[in-house]
Amino acid sequence: MSDFVIDIQHLGRSFGKTEALQDVSLQVPRGGVFGLIGSNGAGKTTLIKHILGSHYAQRGWVKVFGLDPVAEPVKVLGRIGYMSEDRDVPSWMRIGELIDFTRTFYPAWDSGYATELTSVFELDVKQKIRDLSRGQTARVCLLLALSHRPELLVLDEPSSGLDPVIRRDILTAIVRTTTDEGRTVLFSSHLLDEVERLADRVAILHQGRILLDQKLEDIYESYHRVTLRFDRSSSVAPALEGSLHSDGNGNEWTYVYRGQKGQLLAASSQLNATVVAELPLSLDDIFVCNIQGH
Amino acid sequence: MQIHIQAQGGVPIYLQVMQQIKYLVASGRLEPGDELPSIRSLAEQLIVNPNTIARAYRELETQGVVEKRRTAGTFVADSGSPLARKERLKLLKERIDQLLTEAYQMGFELDEVMKLVEQSSLISQQPKKGPSSHE
Repeated sequence: MSDFVIDIQHLGRSFGKTEALQDVSLQVPRGGVFGLIGSNGAGKTTLIKHILGSHYAQRGWVKVFGLDPVAEPVKVLGRIGYMSEDRDVPSWMRIGELIDFTRTFYPAWDSGYATELTSVFELDVKQKIRDLSRGQTARVCLLLALSHRPELLVLDEPSSGLDPVIRRDILTAIVRTTTDEGRTVLFSSHLLDEVERLADRVAILHQGRILLDQKLEDIYESYHRVTLRFDRSSSVAPALEGSLHSDGNGNEWTYVYRGQKGQLLAASSQLNATVVAELPLSLDDIFVCNIQGH
Repeated sequence: MQIHIQAQGGVPIYLQVMQQIKYLVASGRLEPGDELPSIRSLAEQLIVNPNTIARAYRELETQGVVEKRRTAGTFVADSGSPLARKERLKLLKERIDQLLTEAYQMGFELDEVMKLVEQSSLISQQPKKGPSSHE
């Protein structure tokens, strides 16, 4: 079996004249947590719908567990736990009915685990979905996504609009899922602090294109922010090869640089500049730089 | 063992975990032979990726701060104390370097800084405890 749970090559998708996804290639390795980040409207949900087989690939192809999710939905979806961004569940059902209903779709459903989660999440199976708060509904959706112990957990903006207590439940579920050998999580988010905490690998999607796809630890090592002091004052930032962004005035300028640290130091000394400060970059800073460059 | 993680600070999380465990060892709040929480439980407590904790433990082991005992878990190394002094010095030196850099940038001379340090030490005899946030 392939080492990639999800393998997407040159995927393209248009809605009318809007190109929602353009030449997207993405491979999600087995085991670990993959964070998909992007602004609203970047195409994250559209991409996830291709993984679930709810959209067919207009260009390129999508494979999940080595299978085409549009051609073999039962085989693919039976192994995925999915929580949608809008968390749409039938409002007229009771929690218990919804659990029984959902169970019929999953041969691997673990009733004991579902019961355990019901009590951990403090849910009353007799309650109707329509009477639940937003947070309780999210917990129900999470329970439904986890109870068949899926090989792949897909969460689309799992914590958007939720209070910190429920966010914690969701994030803990992600941690637990990955501590179980071989299970994989793909989650999209625009809350970069949670991506920073949880992801092994991060991809940035912007206007339907992948701008970056790297291991998180490599991302930190390939971006640097330094303040350089030049012997002469200037009104615009002196050109530094490899810099993505610059800011400052007079003889001190701060650069965000993508590349090896050694090259940055060499480039600075060529400009007769000395490094006076070095500031670490957060994922947020790196995200903004990537978006602004486009 | 109390560890606090700050995402978005620009310091990679595995480094934050390493620094704080080293600080706990250096300050004696973790003693040689003390057991560290399992990777899984620390990951759940801090809500971070388990691989991140595993990496921090691995690097602490390489540096001799902790040791893995077969099947048992991860413990603060017996060699903790001499290393603790080295670590204490290193932590302190980093702080001093930073203080001096800032002092020079603001135009203070070394003897002025020394005088200020003496004055401060009279006011607070006990150094405050708090995890290091600087590398």
